[in-house]
Amino acid sequence: MTPERERRASELVARYPESQSALIPFLQFCQAHDGYVTQQAIHDAAEIAGITPGEAESIASFYTLLFKEPVGKHKIQVCRTLSCMLRGADELQQHVRQRLGLGNGESSPDGRFYYEEVECLAACDRAPCLQHNLEFHYDVTPEDFDRLLDEWRASDPGVSMPAE
Amino acid sequence: MARFEPVLLRGIGQLDLTDIENYKQLGGFAALEKALREMTPEAVQGEVSASNLRGRGGAGFPTGKKWSFLPKDGRPRYLVCNCDEAEPGTFKDHLLLEQAPFQIIEGLLISAYAINAAQIFMYIRGEFLEGFRIFKRALDAARLQGYLGKRILGTDFSMDIVVHRGAGAYICGEETAMLESIEGKRGEPRLKPPFPANAGLYGMPTVVNNVETVSCVPHIIERGAQWFASIGPEKCPGPKIISVSGHVVRPGNYEVPMGIPARELIEEYAGGLFPGRRLKAIQPGGGSSAAIFEEDLDTGIDFDSLAAKRTMLGSGGFVVMDDTTCMVRASQTLTRFFEHESCGQCTPCREGGQWVARMVSRLEAGEGNESDLRVLSTINDTITGTNLCPLGDSIMPFLSSVLRRFPEEFADHVREAGCPFRVGVAASMAS
Ligand SMILES: Cc1cc2nc3c(=O)[nH]c(=O)nc-3n(C[C@H](O)[C@H](O)[C@H](O)COP(=O)(O)O)c2cc1C
Ligand code: SF4
Ligand code: FES
Repeated sequence: MTPERERRASELVARYPESQSALIPFLQFCQAHDGYVTQQAIHDAAEIAGITPGEAESIASFYTLLFKEPVGKHKIQVCRTLSCMLRGADELQQHVRQRLGLGNGESSPDGRFYYEEVECLAACDRAPCLQHNLEFHYDVTPEDFDRLLDEWRASDPGVSMPAE
Repeated sequence: MARFEPVLLRGIGQLDLTDIENYKQLGGFAALEKALREMTPEAVQGEVSASNLRGRGGAGFPTGKKWSFLPKDGRPRYLVCNCDEAEPGTFKDHLLLEQAPFQIIEGLLISAYAINAAQIFMYIRGEFLEGFRIFKRALDAARLQGYLGKRILGTDFSMDIVVHRGAGAYICGEETAMLESIEGKRGEPRLKPPFPANAGLYGMPTVVNNVETVSCVPHIIERGAQWFASIGPEKCPGPKIISVSGHVVRPGNYEVPMGIPARELIEEYAGGLFPGRRLKAIQPGGGSSAAIFEEDLDTGIDFDSLAAKRTMLGSGGFVVMDDTTCMVRASQTLTRFFEHESCGQCTPCREGGQWVARMVSRLEAGEGNESDLRVLSTINDTITGTNLCPLGDSIMPFLSSVLRRFPEEFADHVREAGCPFRVGVAASMAS
């Protein structure tokens, strides 16, 4: 473990009555730097939690915001549930898929973009909505999306799934 | 029409209530002062019981009663705040988190004092990153002014709040799944009993309360149980935030007195339907609730009145669908939601949910047949009531209610081998 990760691990362990509670926050922290949950992170997390790497992996696999493999840096997650569907999510999804050339759950070959259709984001009054690296965008029209995409194309998000 | 004077949403939109000074200017932390300086924990609990506050997370369980179940056996007790909001159509806790974080903090501190908690855990949905940051900043500000930490306001009361970020899983909103998740495990609901009051977080006595529930607490302490109990129906009183979305002119969070008629909420608050449209169906309590229809518009929006209509207030997610809505497509988004979110422990929920979602998708894509329709209209008893947690029982209510009401619309999908509503949207979007 890097000294930075050691430090974070002990902070997290101290925060909770039992050390296994540090598992997910630790993986979130690692993912923010690595872009996904690496085998190394699983091993380190298992050690902190006092469980086997297999157990840690099974736990991590339960959570959709922990990525099991490398995904595109710009993570675009468009809501597909009822309230957004009623206000144009179908059209938005169709547009986004076409602009990115990606289907649900796919990353672009250059590793820049990842696209996913997700469930209700608790922003149904400003539908359709999406998240870009967990930042909300509300009432998104296809034209809004084009504008956002231009911005994203011109930028490098670096840490792309912030842990905090 | 006189609008209800907001309680929980007061100041939001006019003042930046993420600034502690603005919160104090509106009277913030006066209730905490009152509770800590003038009231015993028992008195605070008594006041909350007398207010008849019922939990706003979905089940409507009386809060004071829930608190009273904690055994007095000397073990540490935990208070967990549920901010995992992910019930389709619900977005009130998201708003309270981002715009009124000090109200949550004050409510949590008073509640923790009342139940003699050792620590508070705040579970925030992983997608609410901005809300998480706002809440953390609010905690820092509160700590700086002596509202959090050791010897709060110079009293003997010390308390801290541990913030735990979720990592993507609707089921973690279920209270026992949430406890598993905080413990660093897969978010799989536990078999009850034992109930969290006896064996909750780390096996200790635990109370899980929703964000809106705890946000009510400072107001009950400050203005008194009688005031709270006098708003709306006797058995489920108080202010209630309803999240209105779908086909209305002004979707949004509206704070109303419990029990107002659905019609008033739609017409007076949400601006009514779009011109020329007719109401087709409403989901009054999030994605898990059965639909109500035009003839139900005078029903009061509260736990008991909606239960009498065989649906529920649930989380207060009120989704309005007008006559342009395809009920098969609407059912498709929801059955797919439950299929996606099932934790997989119970066969009816896991397998049944998958089957139902596939059949509805097939119908919507024009590939369904008569036997799908027969199965969908008879499968309810096989799936509902046979699961470990309420998620499994949430798969069928909406689908069954609209299938009963609009059988011909479902049949049309088979007869016409496609969705009659689908104009301009490619059939590929159905997947
Ligand atoms: C599948 C499922 C999801 C739930 N999601 C939430 C949620 O996001 N927020 C919430 O407060 N309660 C949720 N609940 C209800 C909780 O289990 C629990 O009843 C509630 O947090 C208790 O708080 P209250 O008494 O203040 O309402 C959910 C329940 C189930 C079965
Ligand atoms: S009903 Fe569904 S979500 Fe609930 S415990 Fe069973 S499988 Fe998991
Ligand atoms: S349905 Fe899209 S945010 Fe709720």
